Amino acid sequence: MTEAVPSYLSPTGQEIVFLLLGAMAVGSALLVVTTRQLVHAALWLVVCFGALAGCYLVLTAEFVAWVQVLIYVGAVIVLLLFGIMLTRAPIGRTADLDSGNRAVAAVVAVATAAVLVTVVVDGFRNAYAPLDPGAGSAGELGSAIFRNWVLPFEALSVLLLAALIGAIVISRTDIRGRD
Amino acid sequence: MPEVLDVAVRLVAIVAAFLVLPLVAGQMEHKAMAHMQARLGPMYAGGFHGWAQLIADGVKFVQKEDVIPAAADRRVFGLAPGVALVPYLVVMVVIPVGPGLVGVDLDAGLFFVLAVMGVGVLGSIMAGWSSGNKYSLMGGMRSAAQLMSYELPLVLAASSVAMAAGTLSLPGIVEAWQWWWLPWQAIGGVVFFTAGLAELRRPPFDMPLAESEIIMGPMTEYTGIRFAFFLLAEYAGIIVLSALTGVLFLGGWHGPLLPGPVWMLLKVFALVFVVIWLRVSYPRLREDQLQKLAWAGLVPLALVQLALTGVVKVLAV
Repeated sequence: MTEAVPSYLSPTGQEIVFLLLGAMAVGSALLVVTTRQLVHAALWLVVCFGALAGCYLVLTAEFVAWVQVLIYVGAVIVLLLFGIMLTRAPIGRTADLDSGNRAVAAVVAVATAAVLVTVVVDGFRNAYAPLDPGAGSAGELGSAIFRNWVLPFEALSVLLLAALIGAIVISRTDIRGRD
Repeated sequence: MPEVLDVAVRLVAIVAAFLVLPLVAGQMEHKAMAHMQARLGPMYAGGFHGWAQLIADGVKFVQKEDVIPAAADRRVFGLAPGVALVPYLVVMVVIPVGPGLVGVDLDAGLFFVLAVMGVGVLGSIMAGWSSGNKYSLMGGMRSAAQLMSYELPLVLAASSVAMAAGTLSLPGIVEAWQWWWLPWQAIGGVVFFTAGLAELRRPPFDMPLAESEIIMGPMTEYTGIRFAFFLLAEYAGIIVLSALTGVLFLGGWHGPLLPGPVWMLLKVFALVFVVIWLRVSYPRLREDQLQKLAWAGLVPLALVQLALTGVVKVLAV
Protein backbone atom coordinates (compact mmCIF):
# COMPACT_ATOMS: atom_id res chain seq x y z
CA MET A 1 0.00 0.00 0.00
CA THR A 2 2.85 2.46 0.64
CA GLU A 3 5.12 2.28 -2.29
CA ALA A 4 6.85 5.08 -4.12
CA VAL A 5 4.26 7.83 -4.46
CA PRO A 6 3.98 9.07 -8.02
CA SER A 7 3.85 12.83 -8.47
CA TYR A 8 0.44 14.50 -8.53
CA LEU A 9 1.62 16.66 -11.39
CA SER A 10 1.71 13.92 -13.99
CA PRO A 11 -1.56 12.04 -13.58
CA THR A 12 -2.10 8.78 -15.43
CA GLY A 13 -5.01 8.26 -17.78
CA GLN A 14 -6.89 6.27 -15.11
CA GLU A 15 -6.55 9.11 -12.62
CA ILE A 16 -7.88 11.66 -15.10
CA VAL A 17 -10.88 9.46 -15.95
CA PHE A 18 -11.52 8.89 -12.25
CA LEU A 19 -11.44 12.64 -11.55
CA LEU A 20 -13.79 13.38 -14.44
CA LEU A 21 -16.24 10.70 -13.27
CA GLY A 22 -16.03 12.06 -9.74
CA ALA A 23 -16.79 15.57 -10.97
CA MET A 24 -19.72 14.16 -12.95
CA ALA A 25 -21.07 12.36 -9.87
CA VAL A 26 -20.80 15.46 -7.68
CA GLY A 27 -22.24 17.75 -10.37
CA SER A 28 -25.26 15.53 -11.05
CA ALA A 29 -25.80 15.03 -7.31
CA LEU A 30 -25.95 18.83 -6.91
CA LEU A 31 -28.45 18.99 -9.76
CA VAL A 32 -30.58 16.36 -8.00
CA VAL A 33 -31.08 18.66 -5.02
CA THR A 34 -31.24 21.96 -6.90
CA THR A 35 -33.47 21.14 -9.88
CA ARG A 36 -37.03 22.43 -9.65
CA GLN A 37 -38.51 19.51 -11.53
CA LEU A 38 -39.32 16.46 -9.46
CA VAL A 39 -38.83 13.78 -12.11
CA HIS A 40 -35.67 15.45 -13.42
CA ALA A 41 -34.19 15.02 -9.93
CA ALA A 42 -34.75 11.26 -10.16
CA LEU A 43 -33.24 11.19 -13.66
CA TRP A 44 -30.16 13.16 -12.55
CA LEU A 45 -29.79 10.56 -9.81
CA VAL A 46 -29.43 7.98 -12.62
CA VAL A 47 -26.49 9.98 -14.01
CA CYS A 48 -25.00 10.24 -10.51
CA PHE A 49 -25.23 6.48 -9.89
CA GLY A 50 -23.88 5.78 -13.37
CA ALA A 51 -20.83 7.99 -12.73
CA LEU A 52 -20.32 6.26 -9.39
CA ALA A 53 -20.41 2.87 -11.15
CA GLY A 54 -17.82 4.26 -13.56
CA CYS A 55 -15.61 5.21 -10.60
CA TYR A 56 -15.84 1.64 -9.29
CA LEU A 57 -14.90 0.36 -12.73
CA VAL A 58 -11.79 2.55 -12.89
CA LEU A 59 -10.83 1.23 -9.45
CA THR A 60 -11.04 -2.34 -10.94
CA ALA A 61 -14.08 -3.20 -8.79
CA GLU A 62 -15.93 -4.61 -11.80
CA PHE A 63 -18.49 -6.67 -9.91
CA VAL A 64 -19.45 -3.84 -7.54
CA ALA A 65 -19.91 -1.53 -10.53
CA TRP A 66 -22.43 -3.83 -12.26
CA VAL A 67 -24.26 -4.52 -9.01
CA GLN A 68 -24.45 -0.75 -8.52
CA VAL A 69 -26.13 -0.40 -11.92
CA LEU A 70 -28.40 -3.42 -11.39
CA ILE A 71 -29.63 -2.45 -7.93
CA TYR A 72 -29.55 1.34 -7.92
CA VAL A 73 -30.31 2.29 -11.52
CA GLY A 74 -32.38 -0.77 -12.37
CA ALA A 75 -34.38 -1.14 -9.17
CA VAL A 76 -34.11 1.79 -6.74
CA ILE A 77 -34.59 4.53 -9.36
CA VAL A 78 -37.41 2.61 -11.02
CA LEU A 79 -39.07 2.30 -7.61
CA LEU A 80 -38.51 6.02 -6.99
CA LEU A 81 -40.00 6.99 -10.36
CA PHE A 82 -42.94 4.64 -9.77
CA GLY A 83 -43.54 6.26 -6.40
CA ILE A 84 -43.34 9.77 -7.84
CA MET A 85 -45.69 8.93 -10.71
CA LEU A 86 -48.14 7.25 -8.36
CA THR A 87 -48.45 10.40 -6.24
CA ARG A 88 -47.67 13.47 -8.34
CA ALA A 89 -45.39 13.94 -11.31
CA PRO A 90 -46.12 17.33 -12.86
CA ILE A 91 -44.28 18.29 -16.05
CA GLY A 92 -42.50 21.60 -15.54
CA ARG A 93 -41.42 23.41 -12.43
CA THR A 94 -42.89 22.79 -9.01
CA ALA A 95 -42.88 25.75 -6.63
CA ASP A 96 -43.12 23.95 -3.30
CA LEU A 97 -40.15 21.60 -3.60
CA ASP A 98 -38.07 23.49 -1.06
CA SER A 99 -38.23 22.21 2.48
CA GLY A 100 -38.04 24.47 5.50
CA ASN A 101 -35.16 22.41 6.81
CA ARG A 102 -32.86 23.45 3.96
CA ALA A 103 -30.33 25.29 6.13
CA VAL A 104 -30.13 22.47 8.67
CA ALA A 105 -29.74 19.89 5.91
CA ALA A 106 -26.95 21.88 4.27
CA VAL A 107 -25.11 22.16 7.59
CA VAL A 108 -25.45 18.41 8.23
CA ALA A 109 -24.30 17.57 4.69
CA VAL A 110 -21.27 19.86 4.85
CA ALA A 111 -20.36 18.55 8.32
CA THR A 112 -20.61 14.91 7.17
CA ALA A 113 -18.53 15.64 4.09
CA ALA A 114 -15.93 17.45 6.23
CA VAL A 115 -15.67 14.51 8.66
CA LEU A 116 -15.32 11.98 5.84
CA VAL A 117 -12.77 14.01 3.89
CA THR A 118 -10.69 14.65 7.04
CA VAL A 119 -10.71 10.99 8.00
CA VAL A 120 -9.74 9.83 4.52
CA VAL A 121 -7.04 12.46 4.08
CA ASP A 122 -5.66 11.82 7.55
CA GLY A 123 -5.76 8.06 7.31
CA PHE A 124 -4.28 7.63 3.82
CA ARG A 125 -2.20 10.79 3.55
CA ASN A 126 0.49 9.49 1.23
CA ALA A 127 -0.66 5.90 0.80
CA TYR A 128 -0.72 4.74 -2.79
CA ALA A 129 -2.52 1.57 -3.86
CA PRO A 130 -1.55 0.23 -7.27
CA LEU A 131 -4.54 -0.97 -9.30
CA ASP A 132 -4.21 -4.60 -10.32
CA PRO A 133 -6.79 -5.70 -12.88
CA GLY A 134 -8.88 -8.56 -11.50
CA ALA A 135 -8.47 -7.64 -7.83
CA GLY A 136 -12.16 -6.69 -7.66
CA SER A 137 -13.50 -9.58 -9.74
CA ALA A 138 -16.47 -11.64 -8.63
CA GLY A 139 -14.30 -14.56 -7.57
CA GLU A 140 -11.98 -12.48 -5.37
CA LEU A 141 -14.90 -10.65 -3.84
CA GLY A 142 -16.83 -13.86 -3.17
CA SER A 143 -13.96 -15.57 -1.39
CA ALA A 144 -13.24 -12.41 0.63
CA ILE A 145 -16.88 -12.14 1.77
CA PHE A 146 -17.39 -15.81 2.57
CA ARG A 147 -13.97 -16.42 4.16
CA ASN A 148 -13.09 -13.24 6.05
CA TRP A 149 -16.33 -11.30 6.36
CA VAL A 150 -18.98 -13.98 6.93
CA LEU A 151 -20.17 -12.55 10.24
CA PRO A 152 -20.90 -9.01 8.98
CA PHE A 153 -22.51 -10.55 5.90
CA GLU A 154 -24.83 -12.72 8.00
CA ALA A 155 -25.59 -9.84 10.38
CA LEU A 156 -26.59 -7.71 7.38
CA SER A 157 -28.81 -10.44 5.96
CA VAL A 158 -30.63 -10.77 9.31
CA LEU A 159 -31.12 -7.00 9.32
CA LEU A 160 -32.60 -7.12 5.81
CA LEU A 161 -34.84 -10.04 6.80
CA ALA A 162 -36.12 -8.02 9.76
CA ALA A 163 -36.90 -5.09 7.44
CA LEU A 164 -38.68 -7.45 5.04
CA ILE A 165 -40.86 -8.93 7.79
CA GLY A 166 -41.54 -5.42 9.08
CA ALA A 167 -42.74 -4.33 5.64
CA ILE A 168 -45.09 -7.32 5.42
CA VAL A 169 -46.50 -6.68 8.88
CA ILE A 170 -47.10 -3.00 8.14
CA SER A 171 -48.72 -3.58 4.76
CA ARG A 172 -51.09 -6.34 5.88
CA THR A 173 -54.27 -5.12 7.45
CA ASP A 174 -55.24 -8.46 8.99
CA ILE A 175 -52.24 -8.41 11.35
CA ARG A 176 -53.01 -6.07 14.20
CA GLY A 177 -50.83 -4.68 16.95
CA ARG A 178 -51.82 -5.05 20.62
CA ASP A 179 -54.10 -2.19 21.58
CA MET B 1 -1.91 -2.45 -34.46
CA PRO B 2 -3.33 -5.98 -34.92
CA GLU B 3 -5.15 -5.56 -31.58
CA VAL B 4 -6.81 -2.33 -32.69
CA LEU B 5 -7.84 -4.02 -35.93
CA ASP B 6 -9.21 -6.99 -33.97
CA VAL B 7 -11.33 -4.73 -31.76
CA ALA B 8 -12.52 -2.76 -34.79
CA VAL B 9 -13.58 -5.91 -36.66
CA ARG B 10 -15.46 -7.19 -33.59
CA LEU B 11 -17.27 -3.89 -33.10
CA VAL B 12 -18.24 -3.65 -36.77
CA ALA B 13 -19.57 -7.23 -36.62
CA ILE B 14 -21.61 -6.41 -33.51
CA VAL B 15 -23.08 -3.24 -35.02
CA ALA B 16 -23.92 -5.16 -38.19
CA ALA B 17 -25.63 -7.89 -36.13
CA PHE B 18 -27.47 -5.18 -34.20
CA LEU B 19 -28.75 -3.65 -37.42
CA VAL B 20 -29.62 -6.86 -39.27
CA LEU B 21 -30.89 -9.42 -36.71
CA PRO B 22 -33.73 -7.28 -35.27
CA LEU B 23 -34.98 -6.63 -38.80
CA VAL B 24 -34.93 -10.36 -39.55
CA ALA B 25 -36.84 -10.98 -36.31
CA GLY B 26 -39.33 -8.26 -37.26
CA GLN B 27 -39.87 -9.68 -40.73
CA MET B 28 -40.23 -13.15 -39.21
CA GLU B 29 -42.89 -11.79 -36.86
CA HIS B 30 -44.82 -10.24 -39.78
CA LYS B 31 -44.76 -13.42 -41.82
CA ALA B 32 -45.15 -16.07 -39.07
CA MET B 33 -47.98 -14.17 -37.43
CA ALA B 34 -49.72 -13.68 -40.77
CA HIS B 35 -49.56 -17.37 -41.63
CA MET B 36 -50.75 -18.37 -38.15
CA GLN B 37 -53.78 -16.14 -38.72
CA ALA B 38 -54.36 -17.50 -42.25
CA ARG B 39 -53.14 -14.30 -43.91
CA LEU B 40 -50.19 -13.75 -46.24
CA GLY B 41 -48.57 -10.75 -44.56
CA PRO B 42 -46.38 -8.37 -46.56
CA MET B 43 -46.06 -9.59 -50.16
CA TYR B 44 -45.04 -6.61 -52.36
CA ALA B 45 -42.05 -4.67 -50.97
CA GLY B 46 -38.83 -6.00 -52.48
CA GLY B 47 -40.60 -8.51 -54.69
CA PHE B 48 -39.96 -11.89 -53.07
CA HIS B 49 -42.56 -12.42 -50.30
CA GLY B 50 -42.21 -8.81 -49.17
CA TRP B 51 -38.72 -9.27 -47.78
CA ALA B 52 -37.99 -5.52 -47.84
CA GLN B 53 -41.12 -4.51 -45.91
CA LEU B 54 -39.26 -3.33 -42.80
CA ILE B 55 -36.71 -1.38 -44.86
CA ALA B 56 -39.61 0.34 -46.60
CA ASP B 57 -41.16 1.02 -43.17
CA GLY B 58 -37.86 2.52 -42.04
CA VAL B 59 -37.73 4.85 -45.04
CA LYS B 60 -41.32 5.87 -44.32
CA PHE B 61 -40.57 6.58 -40.65
CA VAL B 62 -37.57 8.76 -41.52
CA GLN B 63 -39.70 10.91 -43.83
CA LYS B 64 -42.48 11.49 -41.31
CA GLU B 65 -42.75 14.68 -39.32
CA ASP B 66 -41.19 14.54 -35.87
CA VAL B 67 -43.99 15.75 -33.63
CA ILE B 68 -43.34 16.74 -30.02
CA PRO B 69 -46.55 17.52 -28.10
CA ALA B 70 -46.80 21.02 -26.63
CA ALA B 71 -47.35 19.66 -23.11
CA ALA B 72 -44.33 17.34 -23.29
CA ASP B 73 -41.04 17.71 -21.47
CA ARG B 74 -38.95 18.14 -24.62
CA ARG B 75 -35.53 17.02 -23.38
CA VAL B 76 -36.69 13.84 -21.66
CA PHE B 77 -39.08 13.13 -24.54
CA GLY B 78 -36.20 13.27 -26.99
CA LEU B 79 -33.83 11.20 -24.86
CA ALA B 80 -36.26 8.37 -24.08
CA PRO B 81 -35.99 6.38 -27.37
CA GLY B 82 -32.19 6.43 -27.08
CA VAL B 83 -32.30 5.22 -23.49
CA ALA B 84 -34.60 2.40 -24.61
CA LEU B 85 -32.44 1.35 -27.57
CA VAL B 86 -28.77 1.78 -26.60
CA PRO B 87 -28.68 -0.76 -23.71
CA TYR B 88 -29.50 -3.62 -26.10
CA LEU B 89 -26.64 -2.58 -28.39
CA VAL B 90 -24.29 -2.52 -25.39
CA VAL B 91 -25.48 -5.94 -24.20
CA MET B 92 -24.69 -7.48 -27.60
CA VAL B 93 -21.00 -6.74 -26.98
CA VAL B 94 -20.71 -9.52 -24.39
CA ILE B 95 -22.90 -12.24 -25.98
CA PRO B 96 -20.74 -15.08 -27.33
CA VAL B 97 -21.73 -16.70 -30.63
CA GLY B 98 -18.86 -19.19 -30.87
CA PRO B 99 -15.61 -20.19 -29.14
CA GLY B 100 -13.65 -16.92 -29.03
CA LEU B 101 -16.34 -15.14 -31.06
CA VAL B 102 -17.39 -12.51 -28.52
CA GLY B 103 -16.93 -8.74 -28.34
CA VAL B 104 -15.46 -8.68 -24.85
CA ASP B 105 -15.22 -11.54 -22.36
CA LEU B 106 -16.18 -9.79 -19.12
CA ASP B 107 -15.45 -11.50 -15.82
CA ALA B 108 -18.91 -10.56 -14.49
CA GLY B 109 -20.59 -10.69 -17.93
CA LEU B 110 -23.85 -12.15 -16.61
CA PHE B 111 -24.30 -9.31 -14.13
CA PHE B 112 -23.34 -6.79 -16.79
CA VAL B 113 -26.07 -8.09 -19.09
CA LEU B 114 -28.78 -8.10 -16.42
CA ALA B 115 -27.77 -4.64 -15.16
CA VAL B 116 -27.72 -3.01 -18.58
CA MET B 117 -30.98 -4.66 -19.70
CA GLY B 118 -32.70 -3.20 -16.63
CA VAL B 119 -31.64 0.30 -17.76
CA GLY B 120 -33.61 -0.11 -21.00
CA VAL B 121 -36.90 0.00 -19.14
CA LEU B 122 -36.02 3.50 -17.89
CA GLY B 123 -36.54 4.59 -21.50
CA SER B 124 -40.17 3.57 -21.50
CA ILE B 125 -40.77 5.11 -18.06
CA MET B 126 -39.19 8.37 -19.27
CA ALA B 127 -41.27 8.27 -22.45
CA GLY B 128 -44.44 7.64 -20.45
CA TRP B 129 -43.86 10.53 -18.09
CA SER B 130 -42.53 13.11 -20.53
CA SER B 131 -45.32 12.74 -23.10
CA GLY B 132 -47.72 14.77 -21.01
CA ASN B 133 -50.52 12.30 -21.74
CA LYS B 134 -52.39 10.36 -19.09
CA TYR B 135 -52.44 7.13 -21.09
CA SER B 136 -48.69 7.36 -21.57
CA LEU B 137 -48.19 7.99 -17.86
CA MET B 138 -50.25 4.90 -17.01
CA GLY B 139 -48.19 2.88 -19.47
CA GLY B 140 -44.97 4.15 -17.90
CA MET B 141 -46.19 3.24 -14.43
CA ARG B 142 -47.21 -0.22 -15.57
CA SER B 143 -43.74 -0.64 -17.13
CA ALA B 144 -42.10 0.30 -13.85
CA ALA B 145 -44.31 -2.05 -11.83
CA GLN B 146 -43.68 -4.87 -14.28
CA LEU B 147 -39.91 -4.38 -14.25
CA MET B 148 -39.79 -4.38 -10.47
CA SER B 149 -41.66 -7.65 -10.12
CA TYR B 150 -39.99 -9.55 -12.99
CA GLU B 151 -36.39 -8.46 -12.35
CA LEU B 152 -36.20 -10.73 -9.30
CA PRO B 153 -37.09 -14.08 -10.98
CA LEU B 154 -34.89 -13.11 -13.93
CA VAL B 155 -31.82 -12.58 -11.74
CA LEU B 156 -32.56 -15.66 -9.60
CA ALA B 157 -32.91 -17.94 -12.63
CA ALA B 158 -29.73 -16.56 -14.18
CA SER B 159 -27.77 -17.01 -10.96
CA SER B 160 -28.78 -20.69 -10.90
CA VAL B 161 -26.82 -21.20 -14.13
CA ALA B 162 -23.91 -19.17 -12.78
CA MET B 163 -23.89 -21.47 -9.74
CA ALA B 164 -23.91 -24.56 -11.93
CA ALA B 165 -21.05 -23.30 -14.11
CA GLY B 166 -19.09 -21.72 -11.27
CA THR B 167 -18.46 -18.56 -13.28
CA LEU B 168 -20.23 -15.32 -14.23
CA SER B 169 -18.51 -15.03 -17.59
CA LEU B 170 -20.87 -15.86 -20.49
CA PRO B 171 -18.31 -17.74 -22.64
CA GLY B 172 -17.23 -19.53 -19.44
CA ILE B 173 -20.82 -20.65 -18.82
CA VAL B 174 -21.18 -22.00 -22.35
CA GLU B 175 -17.85 -23.84 -22.08
CA ALA B 176 -18.93 -25.47 -18.82
CA TRP B 177 -22.29 -26.51 -20.32
CA GLN B 178 -23.13 -30.23 -20.61
CA TRP B 179 -26.15 -31.77 -22.34
CA TRP B 180 -27.64 -32.97 -19.03
CA TRP B 181 -27.95 -29.35 -17.92
CA LEU B 182 -31.03 -29.20 -20.19
CA PRO B 183 -33.27 -31.16 -17.77
CA TRP B 184 -31.30 -29.93 -14.73
CA GLN B 185 -31.81 -26.22 -15.49
CA ALA B 186 -35.17 -26.59 -17.28
CA ILE B 187 -37.25 -24.80 -14.62
CA GLY B 188 -34.76 -21.95 -14.52
CA GLY B 189 -34.84 -21.71 -18.31
CA VAL B 190 -38.62 -21.37 -18.43
CA VAL B 191 -38.59 -18.81 -15.61
CA PHE B 192 -35.81 -16.79 -17.28
CA PHE B 193 -37.51 -16.77 -20.67
CA THR B 194 -40.92 -15.84 -19.23
CA ALA B 195 -39.53 -13.10 -17.00
CA GLY B 196 -37.48 -11.81 -19.91
CA LEU B 197 -40.59 -11.61 -22.09
CA ALA B 198 -42.29 -9.65 -19.34
CA GLU B 199 -39.34 -7.30 -19.11
CA LEU B 200 -39.56 -6.70 -22.87
CA ARG B 201 -43.30 -6.04 -22.49
CA ARG B 202 -44.10 -8.57 -25.20
CA PRO B 203 -47.54 -10.14 -25.39
CA PRO B 204 -48.98 -11.77 -23.26
CA PHE B 205 -47.20 -9.36 -20.91
CA ASP B 206 -47.96 -6.18 -22.87
CA MET B 207 -50.16 -4.56 -20.25
CA PRO B 208 -48.02 -1.37 -20.41
CA LEU B 209 -48.88 -1.00 -24.11
CA ALA B 210 -52.38 -2.51 -24.10
CA GLU B 211 -53.61 -0.77 -27.24
CA SER B 212 -57.24 -1.55 -26.54
CA GLU B 213 -57.29 0.53 -23.34
CA ILE B 214 -54.34 2.92 -23.19
CA ILE B 215 -53.70 3.31 -26.96
CA MET B 216 -49.97 2.48 -27.09
CA GLY B 217 -48.86 3.25 -23.54
CA PRO B 218 -45.59 5.18 -23.35
CA MET B 219 -45.27 5.30 -27.14
CA THR B 220 -48.66 6.94 -27.79
CA GLU B 221 -47.25 10.39 -28.59
CA TYR B 222 -44.25 9.25 -30.61
CA THR B 223 -44.05 9.55 -34.38
CA GLY B 224 -41.51 9.08 -37.12
CA ILE B 225 -37.98 8.02 -36.39
CA ARG B 226 -38.34 8.15 -32.60
CA PHE B 227 -41.21 5.66 -32.78
CA ALA B 228 -39.10 3.50 -35.10
CA PHE B 229 -36.36 3.50 -32.44
CA PHE B 230 -38.84 2.10 -29.92
CA LEU B 231 -39.85 -0.64 -32.36
CA LEU B 232 -36.19 -1.41 -33.09
CA ALA B 233 -35.53 -1.57 -29.34
CA GLU B 234 -38.33 -4.11 -29.00
CA TYR B 235 -36.96 -6.39 -31.73
CA ALA B 236 -33.37 -5.96 -30.51
CA GLY B 237 -34.66 -6.92 -27.07
CA ILE B 238 -36.22 -10.10 -28.51
CA ILE B 239 -32.89 -11.01 -30.14
CA VAL B 240 -30.95 -10.29 -26.93
CA LEU B 241 -33.38 -12.28 -24.77
CA SER B 242 -33.31 -15.25 -27.17
CA ALA B 243 -29.52 -15.15 -27.41
CA LEU B 244 -29.18 -15.00 -23.64
CA THR B 245 -31.60 -17.87 -23.09
CA GLY B 246 -29.65 -19.80 -25.72
CA VAL B 247 -26.31 -19.04 -24.07
CA LEU B 248 -27.41 -19.71 -20.50
CA PHE B 249 -29.82 -22.62 -20.82
CA LEU B 250 -29.47 -24.22 -24.26
CA GLY B 251 -25.70 -24.48 -24.49
CA GLY B 252 -24.95 -21.64 -26.90
CA TRP B 253 -22.69 -22.89 -29.69
CA HIS B 254 -22.73 -26.57 -28.57
CA GLY B 255 -24.35 -28.98 -31.02
CA PRO B 256 -23.48 -31.88 -33.34
CA LEU B 257 -22.38 -31.67 -37.02
CA LEU B 258 -22.93 -27.98 -37.81
CA PRO B 259 -20.35 -25.32 -36.83
CA GLY B 260 -20.87 -23.47 -33.53
CA PRO B 261 -22.10 -20.05 -34.71
CA VAL B 262 -24.71 -21.75 -36.93
CA TRP B 263 -26.06 -23.65 -33.92
CA MET B 264 -26.17 -20.42 -31.96
CA LEU B 265 -28.15 -18.65 -34.71
CA LEU B 266 -30.50 -21.64 -35.03
CA LYS B 267 -31.20 -21.59 -31.29
CA VAL B 268 -31.71 -17.82 -31.30
CA PHE B 269 -34.22 -17.92 -34.13
CA ALA B 270 -36.03 -20.97 -32.74
CA LEU B 271 -36.55 -18.94 -29.56
CA VAL B 272 -37.59 -15.85 -31.56
CA PHE B 273 -40.21 -18.07 -33.21
CA VAL B 274 -41.45 -19.12 -29.75
CA VAL B 275 -41.71 -15.43 -28.77
CA ILE B 276 -43.87 -14.75 -31.82
CA TRP B 277 -45.89 -17.93 -31.28
CA LEU B 278 -46.68 -16.87 -27.70
CA ARG B 279 -47.80 -13.47 -28.94
CA VAL B 280 -50.30 -15.03 -31.31
CA SER B 281 -51.51 -17.71 -28.88
CA TYR B 282 -52.12 -16.06 -25.53
CA PRO B 283 -54.46 -13.21 -24.54
CA ARG B 284 -53.02 -10.32 -22.59
CA LEU B 285 -52.70 -10.86 -18.84
CA ARG B 286 -54.52 -8.45 -16.55
CA GLU B 287 -52.37 -6.32 -14.24
CA ASP B 288 -53.20 -8.34 -11.10
CA GLN B 289 -52.65 -11.62 -12.96
CA LEU B 290 -49.27 -10.29 -14.11
CA GLN B 291 -48.17 -9.49 -10.59
CA LYS B 292 -49.52 -12.77 -9.27
CA LEU B 293 -47.66 -14.77 -11.90
CA ALA B 294 -44.38 -13.06 -10.96
CA TRP B 295 -44.62 -13.23 -7.18
CA ALA B 296 -46.63 -16.41 -6.63
CA GLY B 297 -45.42 -18.34 -9.69
CA LEU B 298 -42.01 -17.41 -11.02
CA VAL B 299 -40.20 -16.38 -7.82
CA PRO B 300 -40.95 -19.66 -5.96
CA LEU B 301 -40.06 -21.65 -9.10
CA ALA B 302 -36.75 -19.79 -9.40
CA LEU B 303 -36.03 -20.52 -5.73
CA VAL B 304 -36.81 -24.22 -6.30
CA GLN B 305 -34.38 -24.18 -9.23
CA LEU B 306 -31.70 -22.52 -7.07
CA ALA B 307 -32.16 -25.18 -4.37
CA LEU B 308 -32.05 -27.96 -6.97
CA THR B 309 -28.88 -26.54 -8.50
CA GLY B 310 -27.28 -26.27 -5.08
CA VAL B 311 -28.18 -29.83 -4.05
CA VAL B 312 -26.96 -31.41 -7.30
CA LYS B 313 -23.81 -29.30 -7.26
CA VAL B 314 -22.93 -30.34 -3.71
CA LEU B 315 -23.77 -34.03 -4.21
CA ALA B 316 -22.05 -34.34 -7.59
CA VAL B 317 -18.72 -32.82 -6.55
